[in-house]
Amino acid sequence: MCTPALRPLRLAALVLLSATAVSVHASDSAMPDYRAIAGGSLRTVLPADGVATDASVAPFQLRSRLVTNAEFAAFVRQQSVWQRGQAPALFVASTYLSGWSSASDYRPLAADAPVTRVSWFAAQAFCESEGARLPRWYEWEFGAAADATRADARDDEAWLAHILHWYADAGKQAPRSVASKPPNFYGIHDLHGLVWEWVEDYSGLFVNADSRAKGEQKLLDYCGGAAVTLADRRNYAILMRLALLSAMEAQQDGANLGFRCARDATPTRQGIP
Amino acid sequence: MNKSFKLSAVTLATSALLALLGNSVASAAEPALPVITQELVAPPQLPPPITRKSAAHVVVNLTVEEVEREIAPGTRYTFWTFGGTVPGKMIRVREGDTVELHLLNLPDNKLPHNIDLHAVTGPGGGAGQTLIAPGNEASFTFKALSSGLYVYHCATAPVGMHVANGMYGMILVEPKEGLPPVDKEFYVMQGDFYTDGNYRAPGLQNFDMQKAIDEKPTYVLFNGADGALTGANSLTAKANEKVRMFFGVGGPNITSSFHIIGTIFDRVYTEGGTKVQENVQTTMVPAGGSAIVEFTPRVPGNLTLVDHSLTRAFNKGAIGLISVSGPEKPEIYSKGIKKPLAANSIAKATAPAKAAAKPAVAAAPAAPAIHARGKAVFDSACAVCHQADGKGVAGVFPPLAHSDFFQQRPYEMAHIVLNGRSGTLVVNGAKYNGVMPAQDLNDEDISAVINYISVEMNDGHAVLTPEQVREMRKKR
Repeated sequence: MCTPALRPLRLAALVLLSATAVSVHASDSAMPDYRAIAGGSLRTVLPADGVATDASVAPFQLRSRLVTNAEFAAFVRQQSVWQRGQAPALFVASTYLSGWSSASDYRPLAADAPVTRVSWFAAQAFCESEGARLPRWYEWEFGAAADATRADARDDEAWLAHILHWYADAGKQAPRSVASKPPNFYGIHDLHGLVWEWVEDYSGLFVNADSRAKGEQKLLDYCGGAAVTLADRRNYAILMRLALLSAMEAQQDGANLGFRCARDATPTRQGIP
Repeated sequence: MNKSFKLSAVTLATSALLALLGNSVASAAEPALPVITQELVAPPQLPPPITRKSAAHVVVNLTVEEVEREIAPGTRYTFWTFGGTVPGKMIRVREGDTVELHLLNLPDNKLPHNIDLHAVTGPGGGAGQTLIAPGNEASFTFKALSSGLYVYHCATAPVGMHVANGMYGMILVEPKEGLPPVDKEFYVMQGDFYTDGNYRAPGLQNFDMQKAIDEKPTYVLFNGADGALTGANSLTAKANEKVRMFFGVGGPNITSSFHIIGTIFDRVYTEGGTKVQENVQTTMVPAGGSAIVEFTPRVPGNLTLVDHSLTRAFNKGAIGLISVSGPEKPEIYSKGIKKPLAANSIAKATAPAKAAAKPAVAAAPAAPAIHARGKAVFDSACAVCHQADGKGVAGVFPPLAHSDFFQQRPYEMAHIVLNGRSGTLVVNGAKYNGVMPAQDLNDEDISAVINYISVEMNDGHAVLTPEQVREMRKKR
């Protein structure tokens, strides 16, 4: 795999956090629910060879719910370095958690709404605090291919049209509560229809993994690039996810951008070793 | 909008850019260019002609706005726009200008966007430099090397959907010597839209991906709405004014057989380039392409903009009007005469000369003709919903025949025909809750159809004159 360009920054973030405690939110919510997903071969919209090669997804666990305002507030109370006003400008933008009334009070936003306006660094730090990481793109795409009854619903045009509606909506309202709709085949809620989601390897998604292919950059950000790089061009909803992620910098955030966490199949349950 | 923020950002970026220019391009003899901020106005208006005779550094601040609004009367749709309008605000610069384009993706938008300007010489046309998530601003500069009328559009995946939701506009690069002066300029773009409901189905409509991929639009529209250039929104001109229209097609898919009923284009800058064709009836405009058309109305009345691939005009909305005022000029265009064929000429079609030799007198419209007109209007505009016999469809379309509502309130009926109506309505004791779109009919036709329904279907008599409809129209 390719190396994300921001790796040095991320390491810096880990160093920054290594001295802080990691046991979190015992009081605010139940233990987060992670669902095991067996993985396997994935017909991805981003084939590594730029043509049609399936991705291979190793077994992993995915958080069934998006991280909520209440959960993130508990986290920043534990790790004050991630509070608004204290988090270094290298890792968060001026809009970080700007919907909250104070550094640790998410009101007027709802406790059980997904936390938004978080940077990639802050999201990754939260996940590490519960012994996890952000999901990788192929993991997210694998889980998001399912509807309520099928592991892969992507050939169902009616379903594709249905999930597309959220993206077409102008979205001026704050996101509603997490898990207010039934989970998908894997027991995961809200992979579509609530917020955008960070993925761990987003900044490396658009670089050609095969150095023999002239080392060309496969940019998604204009017509030609999008047309020649993407497979499964009918899946507009997924294409929009990629377009959004490719527009982001790791310290930025968004009013409709949240996250969930993932773990390898054999997680280290006690947090950062 | 957040003006002070924009200004300061622009100032910063401008000074940074000027520093760059000083180091590279402009290092030889070229003096620093005067900085001008582009004025942006809503279509069908556009910035005024450029009068300066030398190059400038033009700063353009274009916002991206996702907005829900009417695509047709009673039908709403979520548009993605440049500057809040469809088409996006026109940019007007001069050949040789340096353009500093700032794209601002407003914080309450949901999607990433960017811009590709066809006036740019360079890969992507600016798309790579400007891909930004909501709450961010991007900028880049380019030199307008070639004059012409160019489309710009969003180029974020899925590109077809961004364009289908209205993300296109045009940039005019005037030649160094300028364009010849005219009396009026307009800015019109055609686009195709794909909704999951049928044409004019009421309520909020979603984008229909399958219709888009199949290139089967629900709407083909001028300036982003069914009715954007008709009724009170009609364009206006005076007879003998030289009119120039900057016309483009945003697409994403459908090209335009662009035609204006009732005039001939004196000059067409074919495909928005530098060559001029003269005396053109219909000009072909590709998706992502343009044409500059010039014409001179000579007599009063309505000129009608259409895509002459005609079901787009008459079934999907591609219609606009230019209302021309001025004195009648019968030597150019007469009022005409209509009368029934003489009895013997029906029998002997071989001898029409006698009938034609009769003196031409404009007959006062006879009552039977008006009655026939009313029936024709009823059959074409009303019968599809209210049924040929006027009895309606129980619970869905209220009856017009033997209708207590009609008999008690014929004027309100005319008002509904003129303006449309939605919400509950009780007719003959039954409740209806639907939407009737405003009908695009003239005063005579509305009067004729109301009188026809009154006489034929409600045992009444004529209740409404065209003058009364005219008054009603003025008040709306």
